[in-house]
Amino acid sequence: MKHDVILRVGVKLLLPFILLFALYVHYHGDYGPGGGFQAGVISAGMIILYALVFGVDRAKRIAPEWLVERLVPAGVLIYASAGLPAMFAGKNYLDYTIYSHDPLHGHEWGVLLVETGVIVTVAATMTAIFYAFVDRGRSA
Amino acid sequence: MMAFEHHLPILQVLVPMFAAVLSAFCMRGTTAWAVALVASWAALLIAVLLAIKVFASPEPISYVMGGWTVPIGIEYRVDRLNAFVLLLVTIIGAVIMPYARKSVAKEIDSHQQAWFYTMYLLCLTGLLGITVTGDAFNVFVFMEISSLSTYVLIALGRNRRALLASYQYLIVGTIGATFYVIGVGLLYLVTGSLNLADIASRLGGASAEFQRPIIAALAFLTVGICLKLALFPLHVWLPNAYAHAPSVATVFLAGTATKVAVYLLIRIFYSVYGAAMPFTSLPVSEILLVMSVAAMVLASLSAVFESDTKRMLAYSSVAQISYMTLGIALANESGLTGGIVHMMNHGVMKAALFLALGAVFFRVGSVRLDDLAGIGRKMPLTMAVFVVAGLGLIGVPGTAGFISKWYLAVGAIEKGYWPLAFVIVASSLIAVVYIGRVIEVAYFREPSANVASTRDPPLSMLVPMLLLGAATLYLGVYTEWSAGLAQDAARMLLGGLK
Repeated sequence: MKHDVILRVGVKLLLPFILLFALYVHYHGDYGPGGGFQAGVISAGMIILYALVFGVDRAKRIAPEWLVERLVPAGVLIYASAGLPAMFAGKNYLDYTIYSHDPLHGHEWGVLLVETGVIVTVAATMTAIFYAFVDRGRSA
Repeated sequence: MMAFEHHLPILQVLVPMFAAVLSAFCMRGTTAWAVALVASWAALLIAVLLAIKVFASPEPISYVMGGWTVPIGIEYRVDRLNAFVLLLVTIIGAVIMPYARKSVAKEIDSHQQAWFYTMYLLCLTGLLGITVTGDAFNVFVFMEISSLSTYVLIALGRNRRALLASYQYLIVGTIGATFYVIGVGLLYLVTGSLNLADIASRLGGASAEFQRPIIAALAFLTVGICLKLALFPLHVWLPNAYAHAPSVATVFLAGTATKVAVYLLIRIFYSVYGAAMPFTSLPVSEILLVMSVAAMVLASLSAVFESDTKRMLAYSSVAQISYMTLGIALANESGLTGGIVHMMNHGVMKAALFLALGAVFFRVGSVRLDDLAGIGRKMPLTMAVFVVAGLGLIGVPGTAGFISKWYLAVGAIEKGYWPLAFVIVASSLIAVVYIGRVIEVAYFREPSANVASTRDPPLSMLVPMLLLGAATLYLGVYTEWSAGLAQDAARMLLGGLK
């Protein structure tokens, strides 16, 4: 797609806004529709769009396969760890009230941590699935 | 340590879960194996500590998530029954891990080994989670975790048919889980609660008004769980899954997965339904009884005609699982004790048998009956374990299998079901035939060319096998750790029965 200047420039312009929208969906998940899962899918969409236009090799320079594969469990680690500090503070697992003086705020912080885990894992998993399908066609 | 004693129920699930994540970070199979080894033994330690605590006091241990009070929040509740099952699952996990390294290195590509251990740890997480939780929906979540990881474990088998077996189990397992969640949904509509103990206390009051949804929920739950535990007409996925999965995965699944499903069935029947309404008014025991008897005879006969020893043992598993469901259906103290203790005994024996076959596969590269000619002379210790555990399956006195069958027969006779005792004996006689076929081929035939240079597997694989073989004999003589605890659990369950 060397000659499609408009397409290439247009996509480049779009990318930051896709990421911005993903982050909006992520952080605004408390008040509007959305949350970590949707945000993860949108941010993976950014990588996939880039790969569709510029080729998967250049996409892999931004999001290398080894990193994507490590991010999948990393998100789960964040997700599961969100409940751990409570155990050291003398409360039960998953007690988010320790994150703030106001229990309600504490829950907000805890759920935000959990959603951060979700966005990481979902974005990485979507990208990994995309890479897996793309590489299948190439090696054959 | 003491500060964390209160957290033991959740640590039981958290340790393998975090280990699964760590093992997913590992690039190399050996590192992942070390993580899995440490986690499996830590899980065993936690299960032992929990069991000591539970059997010392009459009250179950309760642990509430996130500071929400009981009917609303998720509760982990450990009583005598699930402390026993936790012990079984973690013992099998801990014993097979030293064995796993060489077997997995041989059977699975190096870049997939870390994923294998990740999936094993996730499966362990799911099974322990189903057992430890006191929340009906939490059971579903953990059921999905264990099932999804099981599909991957099966699909990692070397043979391409492993994919098909995995897909078959995926379809059946998904239907099972869906049925389970429909049942839970109906119960939630009727009682407004998801906590198993809370459902039990509300179900009695609701039963007059909502008779039909409650019975429908029971039907959905029973069929869903029976798909998972492979009760006779719903067992078709099991032989293929066991036959084509990697050896270590087969050992783990045969020793634990179906037992956890049996546990869940006992929990639903006795702790939820049995505590809420007259157990005899429910139409389950007769159905379960007929299915169990059919499985004992038909699945054992199928095992006789198998030429692949792994498939043969898989069919034998279907038959043996029906002993447990028979114990559930009998619903008296001896019968239920027999059913519960058979979870432990069969877990140990079947794990020993599959470990022996895994060792044969490690050396010979095949487990077809024809390829095992004369192997008893070349791999004496491996086949000795196979024979001992095989005698256990048959139920020879002095082995673990005899203890469970004895309790079941006594339970059947106490109930006045004389013919059942004969069916139990008949099914044992069929086991003589299929175990006998392997022994005949292994010991009384000339070693063929491909086994001529074989010998026993390395020590790391031999010791776990010998341990489980010895356990088969030990549990056949000293029963306070198996039948004793099972009897305690049965008394507790029947104490709540109406």
